[in-house]
Amino acid sequence: MNLENTAKPKIVAKDLNFYYGNDRALKDINLSISEKMVTAFIGPSGCGKSTLLRTFNRMYQLYPKQKATGQILLDGENILDKSRDLNMLRAKIGMVFQKPTPFPMSIYDNIAFGVKLYENLSKNDMDERVEWALRKAALWTEARDKLKHSGTSLSGGQQQRLCIARAIAVKPQVLLLDEPTSALDPISTAHIEKLIDELKEDFTIVIVTHNMQQAARVSDFTAYMYLGDLIEFGDTSTVFTNPKRKETEDYITGRFG
Amino acid sequence: MTTALREADHKKHSLLDSLFRNLTRAAAFGVLLLLAAIIVSLIMGSMPAIHAFGFGFLSSPDWDPVNNKFGALVPIAGTLATSAIALIIAIPVSFGIAIFLTELSPGFLRRPLGVAIELLAGIPSIIYGMWGLFVFVPMFADNVEPWLNSHIGVLPLIGPFFSGPPMGIGVLTAGIILAVMVIPFIASVMRDVFEVVPPLLKESAYGLGSTTWEVMWKIVLPFTKIGVVGGIMLGLGRALGETMAVTFVIGNSHELSQSLLMPGNSIASALANEFTEAYGELYTSALIELGLILFFITFVVLSLARYMLYKLGLQEGKAS
Repeated sequence: MNLENTAKPKIVAKDLNFYYGNDRALKDINLSISEKMVTAFIGPSGCGKSTLLRTFNRMYQLYPKQKATGQILLDGENILDKSRDLNMLRAKIGMVFQKPTPFPMSIYDNIAFGVKLYENLSKNDMDERVEWALRKAALWTEARDKLKHSGTSLSGGQQQRLCIARAIAVKPQVLLLDEPTSALDPISTAHIEKLIDELKEDFTIVIVTHNMQQAARVSDFTAYMYLGDLIEFGDTSTVFTNPKRKETEDYITGRFG
Repeated sequence: MTTALREADHKKHSLLDSLFRNLTRAAAFGVLLLLAAIIVSLIMGSMPAIHAFGFGFLSSPDWDPVNNKFGALVPIAGTLATSAIALIIAIPVSFGIAIFLTELSPGFLRRPLGVAIELLAGIPSIIYGMWGLFVFVPMFADNVEPWLNSHIGVLPLIGPFFSGPPMGIGVLTAGIILAVMVIPFIASVMRDVFEVVPPLLKESAYGLGSTTWEVMWKIVLPFTKIGVVGGIMLGLGRALGETMAVTFVIGNSHELSQSLLMPGNSIASALANEFTEAYGELYTSALIELGLILFFITFVVLSLARYMLYKLGLQEGKAS
């Protein structure tokens, strides 16, 4: 695997272990996520793919019994280092979840919410930023006339794009997508997948999905995980057409999982 | 044969179902009927007083059983003032308690603290009253009221509210005791509604880099506002109607005073103290009218809360 040569690594995990209490959910994970590429994590439920994603923005820290050991380097700096400012880390690494989670406020305020945490923009600049984010998330034409409406008044697929707009409005470097289309219908899913393709021009994207076709469609690199181990990691076409490991082949051909 | 059996079963089930439906309906309408009956009997009971004093009853501070002159201004003012003080103290404290219990507390403390707060809600009010009179009042008179007198009592505008002899008993003391009594109610409702906020919603806000305060204040509170207002109304309902604890510490005086340190009276406390000694139709009737007013105040407060929620909904952009 000469992945490291094809693109600059954005996130590098080194000997990463993760524990829920005493359960070891990630086992010595080593992988490198390339800048401005889409990396997909696949594997059966409970394999640790979401857990791995949630170490990248230290989301697990909300929960007292969870801890990670090892290193995760973002541009060469270890983000697991406790002294690093969590809020600034999360400004650099945005996240979108399994279900749309619009905040209980207007569409405009949903997007301005995150921006206001870091920047003090004038009304005009904020308007521009909101429009920029909505355009990037392909929601502008549908939402431009109802910016003052509640975020929850949108359809499910629109809500998820709103969440993507909200995440990119703070101009992060990395976008973590945790099964972003699992609650959506096929048309909305297609929308989001097209969007992922466009967003990788600006952002490094990591997507967790249990839909293998989706991983094959949207990602440049794929990691197959099973029971906390990283079984295989490589560029997507190789992993899907010519897997090196028997377990990966069994999973992607549907003989298992 | 089996189909015949099934039909019989089905008939039995639909009969049971309609019985059940009618029972629930009867229960629901029974409550309405009860409410109407209470209102009607309150109105009828207070008719003599209404005839005698008219609307002047609401604005007159007189309470003179000897000369049969009655006015409700002092107890109304006392009820509103003590409840307002209670909420001003209880709402922020309860919010803090609920945030701590749902977000910040280490796991092993959550249950014991939660149970302690629920136990606090279960203490009979007479105990709060006794504790208030024998423990809190002397402490308040010796340590807090002199300080209030010399520091806040000298300020312009709010000064007059906090000047007066440091006796311990009075409207402010009653308000503080009420705050202690309603905190467990408001805090446990707030904690319950905060706990049902979807974890993903909170994670989304944390994921943008929000602090705990920003998540609670800007996301969790708006998301749970109906429940939170409901909890506050529950507390307010208790504060407005609380009798025993207030009677012990409010002073039961029908003197109108601007100072919160002076003794006053509340509607519920006046009713409890005076019903046994109320002689004559007019005295009794005046007390019943006080009860009617308390009923009305509670109704208005609840309606205002509904209206506030409706306005908040408009702001959020739900109705367009």
